[in-house]
Amino acid sequence: MIERLGALIIDGVISLGAFVFFLLGSVFYVLVPPYKPRLLIRQVRIIGADSLFLIILIGGFTGMVLGLQGYNTLRRFGSDGALGTVVALVLVRELGPVLAALMIAARAGSAMAAELGSMQSTEQIDALTVMAINPVQYLVSPRMLAGVISFPLLTSIFDVVGIYGGYMIGVGLMGAPSGAYFNGIASNMSGHDIMTGLYKALVFGVIVMWVSCYKGYNAERMATGVSRATTEAVVLSSVLILAFDYFLTSILL
Amino acid sequence: MSATESNGQQTNATSARDTAGAGNAIEVRDLHKRFGRQHVLDGVTLDFPAGKITTIVGPSGSGKTVLLKHLNLLMRPDAGSIVIDGVEVTKLGTIGMDAVREKFGMLFQAGALFDSMSIFDNVAFPLVEKTRLKRTEIAERVQETLKAVGLDGMENKYPSQLSGGMQKRAALARALVRRPKILMLDEPTTGLDPSRTGAIHELIRRTQVNFHLTAVMVSHDVPAVFEVSDRVAFLHHGRTHLNGTVNEVMAANDEVFKRFLAGKASGDEENGTALAG
Repeated sequence: MIERLGALIIDGVISLGAFVFFLLGSVFYVLVPPYKPRLLIRQVRIIGADSLFLIILIGGFTGMVLGLQGYNTLRRFGSDGALGTVVALVLVRELGPVLAALMIAARAGSAMAAELGSMQSTEQIDALTVMAINPVQYLVSPRMLAGVISFPLLTSIFDVVGIYGGYMIGVGLMGAPSGAYFNGIASNMSGHDIMTGLYKALVFGVIVMWVSCYKGYNAERMATGVSRATTEAVVLSSVLILAFDYFLTSILL
Repeated sequence: MSATESNGQQTNATSARDTAGAGNAIEVRDLHKRFGRQHVLDGVTLDFPAGKITTIVGPSGSGKTVLLKHLNLLMRPDAGSIVIDGVEVTKLGTIGMDAVREKFGMLFQAGALFDSMSIFDNVAFPLVEKTRLKRTEIAERVQETLKAVGLDGMENKYPSQLSGGMQKRAALARALVRRPKILMLDEPTTGLDPSRTGAIHELIRRTQVNFHLTAVMVSHDVPAVFEVSDRVAFLHHGRTHLNGTVNEVMAANDEVFKRFLAGKASGDEENGTALAG
């Protein structure tokens, strides 16, 4: 029993070490030549451009719900003029980075884990190694950098679309004062609020790429290996996004 | 029978090192590898003469795939030495290993072609990534290599559009495109029907002659693979049980080898050592 527990703990520590070294390795190889801008651009397209429609869709609906709920709540206190401020702050500081990250983890992160897992199981990663091409530098580092570039941009788009979604419902449908919506945002939202959201997006970008690439890269070479890697990538990314959101909020508040 | 013992382990490491010929592309000495309690390689000593096709055969779990993974530097041994083209590789760092890898090409069991790339891009990949050749030179080399494996005209197809045999040919072209000195082949005929197996064997022989290669092949396709081999190494329980020319090995009258050829279980399978390949 104790032997089993000890083995379990040792395995856990080894896995955690491998997980952390994987991140350090991929960051290191971002900085070391040869640089592959072609691979980076491709990954920015896959993570960023290809996720755009989903981000606009989810951002729009999130803003619309906030507009609806916010208007009904604020009206009870006679504060419907603060609707714009509430929608914008909630989106920019909290929901924008978190929901955008969860969406990208589900779309791009899962695809990434599946792709790398499939490459692992069909020995394509070994083939890179045998060709004297570092697979982490070739496959993981461009994805990591692309995540760092794409996440803040997608989050910004999510925020802007969400604010307009809130305006459409809160002002256009429910009748909140039009001028106060954007004036409230302009006067009450600070640069710190915006930076808080962007810092979060940056960290979430690293988390999603790190977890997804790690799970795919280390997928077991069996029929269920890829599906397990994909599931674990999405679940672990989502949990870490929410956990880090709390810690980041505590630090950045 | 050169360097062959039919009663188990080949020779001890020291004497084998002393007798290693100068004409060997690869020399393996007393190689050990464990996975947990499982001793997959238990002191393999083996030479791979330059310019010959040496085929490693053995039952499942005998350690042949693990041995190949040591030769192509995907695994490090627990003990023992491997000399490839005069370089001791077991202690090399990443840069040193990459320099040795430049000398060999590898054909993986399932081809390991990149799904997202056309056949042209797959074959051109090592040249694009590892050389400074101009586009026209790369295109010329790729066409030439594809022609050598009988795949000219297939440049724009994707791996999924090719048959199993054609995928192996494309993978062989990729392994050859940098003109390596050593070609390693991991079960090149797995999943192919007998006629295609014969065609691939013929292609391997032709390629070896045309490109003046040293070839190391792991195969389960016995005795068909002997037609294409110059030498055979029979692994059993992680050791070199037999090693010599095809005629020498066939004439050894070894009971374990005869049982293997007859397709009878040799004990490894029952021990559940499938990992060792």
